[in-house]
Amino acid sequence: MGEMHCVNGVCEMSSRKSSQMEALDAYIKSLPLADNPTRKRGFLIQTLHKAQSLFGYLPVEVQSFVAERLGISLAEVYGVISFYSFFTDKPIGRYAINVCTGTACFVKGAAQVVDELKRKLGVSEGETTPDGKYFLGVLRCLGACSMAPVVMVNGKVYGHMTAEKVQGLLDDCKD
Amino acid sequence: MRIDSPAALAEYAAALKARKHAPVKLLVSMGTCGIAAGTGEVLKAINDYIAEHKLDGAFDVIEVGCMGLCYAEPVIMLTDDKGKRIIYGDVTPHQIPAIMQAGLEAPATGTHTIDRCWYYPEDESPAEGELQARIVLRNTGRINPEDIDQYVAEGGYSALAKVVTSMKPQEVIDVISASNLRGRGGAGFPTGKKWSFAAAQPEGEKFIICNADEGDPGAFMDRAVLEGDPNAVLEAMAIGGYAIGAHNGVIYIRAEYPLAVKRLENAIKQAEEKGFLGKNIFGSGFDFKLEIKFGAGAFVCGEETALIHSIEGQRGEPTFKPPFPAIQGLWKRPTVVNNVETYACIAAIIRKGADWFKGLGTAGSPGTKVFALAGKISKVGLAEVPMGMTLRQIIYEIGGGIKDGREFKAVQTGGPSGGCITKKNLDLQIDYEALKSIGSMMGSGGMIVMDEDDCMVNIAKFFLDFTADESCGKCTPCRVGNRRMLELLNKITSGEGNMEILEKLKTLSATIKDTALCGLGQTAPNPVLSTLANFEDEYLAHVKDHRCPAGVCANLIQFNVTDKCVGCGLCAKRCPVGAISGEKKMKHAINQAKCIKCGACFNACKFHAIAKI
Repeated sequence: MGEMHCVNGVCEMSSRKSSQMEALDAYIKSLPLADNPTRKRGFLIQTLHKAQSLFGYLPVEVQSFVAERLGISLAEVYGVISFYSFFTDKPIGRYAINVCTGTACFVKGAAQVVDELKRKLGVSEGETTPDGKYFLGVLRCLGACSMAPVVMVNGKVYGHMTAEKVQGLLDDCKD
Repeated sequence: MRIDSPAALAEYAAALKARKHAPVKLLVSMGTCGIAAGTGEVLKAINDYIAEHKLDGAFDVIEVGCMGLCYAEPVIMLTDDKGKRIIYGDVTPHQIPAIMQAGLEAPATGTHTIDRCWYYPEDESPAEGELQARIVLRNTGRINPEDIDQYVAEGGYSALAKVVTSMKPQEVIDVISASNLRGRGGAGFPTGKKWSFAAAQPEGEKFIICNADEGDPGAFMDRAVLEGDPNAVLEAMAIGGYAIGAHNGVIYIRAEYPLAVKRLENAIKQAEEKGFLGKNIFGSGFDFKLEIKFGAGAFVCGEETALIHSIEGQRGEPTFKPPFPAIQGLWKRPTVVNNVETYACIAAIIRKGADWFKGLGTAGSPGTKVFALAGKISKVGLAEVPMGMTLRQIIYEIGGGIKDGREFKAVQTGGPSGGCITKKNLDLQIDYEALKSIGSMMGSGGMIVMDEDDCMVNIAKFFLDFTADESCGKCTPCRVGNRRMLELLNKITSGEGNMEILEKLKTLSATIKDTALCGLGQTAPNPVLSTLANFEDEYLAHVKDHRCPAGVCANLIQFNVTDKCVGCGLCAKRCPVGAISGEKKMKHAINQAKCIKCGACFNACKFHAIAKI
């Protein structure tokens, strides 16, 4: 992920970040953007998905870039980001641990798994450990109810989780 | 190759059917849960075995979507043209040689076989024990969803061909209206009526939308259809587009379903190549274009006005109806929004007719409904049954009863908007009206089964936590009211409850139901009202005796070591907070001040020496 170099509130993007910005730019150019400004806005959410997949999160300069290109205000872009739980404007850990807390997982003991993760990592839901390794999140139903409770780590699904299996899951996350 | 007339389609399908194929078809379940359970390794073992033994001509290996047997994944099925079949569950890669050698002669030894418990009403009558009738899931688990030819060979796109070349839009609507198909997303609004409202709007730009934002936790039938038979949805949307006069369709799908997205994108591309989507479909002059839009993790976007705002790139907040989307929807144009499962019924109704469809299910709710069985049930999975089946049949005959021989307590239908159904209603014949009459709702068809170990107050709190979290914040009753209800429930489960709080809960529920803006808010109090009505004794135990009868609410329980303790020390080892101490071979003790009531000791003890009170 690109590093920010901030001096007195002025931020410059590292070269890695600018190549991601170019990729985002190319993506927006590939969209069949309508001339009608209202219709143009219809591409906002997919553009934000793309941006988050490139940057890992949505820093403010990415938000302004998207706002400018789609012809809407930064406030409107931020309003959308803060509304949808999938989007984040803060960097998240290298291992995103997401516990499913849908109903089936809940009745099968997802709460105990969350508690154990919180205790072991020393963070709350929605937070990243200080070393930047783990992010702990919860999400609502992956539709893998037959394996409840389910935990997803960077896209890999762990089924039939218990508090006792938490350590093994953390051990699997090797840098 | 583009197919530009119904005759060319029929010819093409016949040629596909007549294609040379291996004597045995081997279906491998490659849905999300199959893959997570290890079907990928099983598939590799199959392909390795075939390569090693040069069996290319003996087996057609087909990667299919979910067969609905989620509890037994990885699942594979061997079958032939004559209807012979063997289904294996819990398959491991090293069972593969034995399974392949046994072929269709007899089940391989040392394996777990499963009887087919469903039939296909379009082609056959039920055999004994086949309670499930698959219309929605007719191709799911039977064909490769990534190969449009397999869909066409099963009669796919013939309904669209018929509609655009030989029926007037009004005739299509008449058939759907006559079938009395009702919206499978939850509310059960008649689909034909919805289409007729949009069709009646003056000509011009109109839209048809597929709501694939399956946000109801515990429901996964739409995912199964999208992953297992995406073309069924595309074909139905094109039919709907023709009926209402729309040339553009949008599939709004949640970001949590990446495999479904991939298969939909693939299906759209293949359908465009064949000319089933795009310009001048089947030479009729009808144009229809489809695009996919993504959700971003907001439950409220399942509500149609919120969904439309999300497609427009706005916050997914609902707006007051009327105007209904059929009059003023996407980009303020007439729009029809239907759910995935509703669309999956359309082509079959066109092919077989409205009367055929009405021959299944109940008079008021014809057809079938897919239920997702989850929670404390033996056979977690999908069950598509004719409407009117009883809960007892679904839970005990199809679902195999309660896990580990425990006692049935309740089943939650309708997710966070629904209610719980108890033992006394197990024999109720389920359809839209029946569920409503007992304070629950059909919803999307998730059924979470609960046993004696579940605390109903805690379950109600779970749903309230969900809706309070997912409230979009636009209207006060939902934003503030549900938060207040959650706080009251927290008080009850932490032992600070009293009778006054129960009364407040009831009053607040009534106010929120009356005043919230959209369906999410109006139905949010349902889980509380329904558990209060059916399990008042549990609430009273919490508020009067400060006791949780199911032993779930942490503040109301205590773990103690009894005299059965032999001092093995396992509990002390398992305790995550070091609250248990004792000499070896002596009775241990729990430091109550340190105990976090996680229950690890209770589960670990082999001598039942930990008591939960």
